[in-house]
Amino acid sequence: MTPIVAITGIVALYIFMLAAFAGYEVIAKVPVILHTPLMSGSNFVHGIVLVGAMVALGGAHTTLEKIIGAVGVFMAAGNAAGGYVVTERMLEMFKSSGARKKPGGH
Amino acid sequence: METSLMGADGRQWLIQISYLVTAFLFIMGLKRMSSPVTARSGIVWAGAGMLVATLFTFLYPGLGNFEWLLPAIIAGTALAWWSGQRVAMTNMPQMIALYNGFGGGAAAAIAAVELYRGEHMTATMSTLAVVGALIGAISFSGSLVAFGKLQGLIKRSFRFNGQNIVNLLVIAATVTVGVFIASGWHADMFHVTLFFLLALLFGVLMTLPIGGADMPVVISMYNAFTGLAVAFEGFVMQNAAMIIAGTVVGSAGTLLTQLMARAMNRSLGNVLFSGFGDTGGAAAAGGTVSGSMKPIEAADVGVMMAFAQKVIVVPGYGMAVAQAQHKVWELCQLLIERGVMVRFAIHPVAGRMPGHMNVLLAEAGVPYDLIADLDEINAEFETADVALIIGANDVVNPVARNDKSSPIYGMPILNADKAKNVIVIKRGQGAGFSGIENALFYLDNTRMLYGDGQAAASQLIQAVKAA
Repeated sequence: MTPIVAITGIVALYIFMLAAFAGYEVIAKVPVILHTPLMSGSNFVHGIVLVGAMVALGGAHTTLEKIIGAVGVFMAAGNAAGGYVVTERMLEMFKSSGARKKPGGH
Repeated sequence: METSLMGADGRQWLIQISYLVTAFLFIMGLKRMSSPVTARSGIVWAGAGMLVATLFTFLYPGLGNFEWLLPAIIAGTALAWWSGQRVAMTNMPQMIALYNGFGGGAAAAIAAVELYRGEHMTATMSTLAVVGALIGAISFSGSLVAFGKLQGLIKRSFRFNGQNIVNLLVIAATVTVGVFIASGWHADMFHVTLFFLLALLFGVLMTLPIGGADMPVVISMYNAFTGLAVAFEGFVMQNAAMIIAGTVVGSAGTLLTQLMARAMNRSLGNVLFSGFGDTGGAAAAGGTVSGSMKPIEAADVGVMMAFAQKVIVVPGYGMAVAQAQHKVWELCQLLIERGVMVRFAIHPVAGRMPGHMNVLLAEAGVPYDLIADLDEINAEFETADVALIIGANDVVNPVARNDKSSPIYGMPILNADKAKNVIVIKRGQGAGFSGIENALFYLDNTRMLYGDGQAAASQLIQAVKAA
């Protein structure tokens, strides 16, 4: 099966460069208080490896390929789901004084 | 060219457009995650992006092996969801390391499937696959070792003479075999397997000698590694979502790693090759400290704080270990009700990774606007009546400012010593995490309140109520 868009050569390098700048700029002004959740959030984002693992497994032929592919999908799904849950749990707790009805809730 | 939505081309276009939406949602999500006001919505945006990409990928023409695919997705998701819901906030760093290792492993697995198949790959593609596999495999085994260390499964750091040379030989061997494969000269099963084993071994060897204190920097570095590995495999798979998301994480992660290393006054090279992290013998290097530690009773501290105008709390990881953050916040609320101005001063490396302490305080219910970082708060210590140090040590040690012989010389510290009164809650008289004697404890304006963090905080609550 041939892909409809080819990301190769100079186009690939352009995408790589621009995405690298985007990543740098997006993070550049982050306050220290958010470093841990942000590291966790970016950890979640590379869970997108799941779609690649799905395609790799989905096109696997030999049993060996299928086993490695399934392990890959399993780990990628774990990266995405785990990354989401822990990031969400951490960020959910960040509240300002104004946002609290009862100070110290629990 | 026929472009019916049911045809293979039509479905490919749908997938491409869904990946474009995903890339947008990821970048917007990360952007929103970099401010506390919008951070919560940021992860939801990014999560929506992940869902869109995953669902549309099921449309991929020729996708098969569903009897393997669905159980793997469900099992991975369920297990990670379950563990992520249960992990304690104090254990967050190693959990992030674990999930990150999974991502690196997945990238390596993609490369393994492609390389074992070994068909119709151009030299560029197989080179990208090999480089991505190398980075991904190192990130996988390295992150697992980092997890093991922080979780306490691996208790000691393994060091021996000539370790750097052994590591150098292993990586050289890995790269050599990698070149064999990428050039198509020896792209057979034996060499591919050997390549992966060597890369995994290198990840282990590289991480084992690094001490616990340096682990956050290493985890952050592996996070960037995984991002890059995903981007490289994205080129191999011709998958735009992987290329963009992986590259964004790779560069953001690199910046984050640098910020962390700088906050710890360490260079990345230093972290990776010198093994300072848990030496413990470093104390001998510091200058001698004169004077004595002067104890104080909780009742006296209670009165002092109750009638203060401004109290700055400096929490450290010791507070979280003692689970004292809830009591400390209760104490601070009492003070706030009495009209005392209370601030929390957070050193960039308080907790086990930068920002970890903020998470732990947020869990206890401390609003983030009461929390200040080093640059904001350092000028304020001079006007503070009380600086309450609980569980922090090296980050308030003035020798970092003035003793050139100290291993922590040059590290930015919180100027707690400038406060009118410094109260240190401490279990005993021992030295800190790094084994360096703390000059702050011996100052004339410092008093030591000995005891477990949680018990001491409870005593202070009673004392403030009685005042």
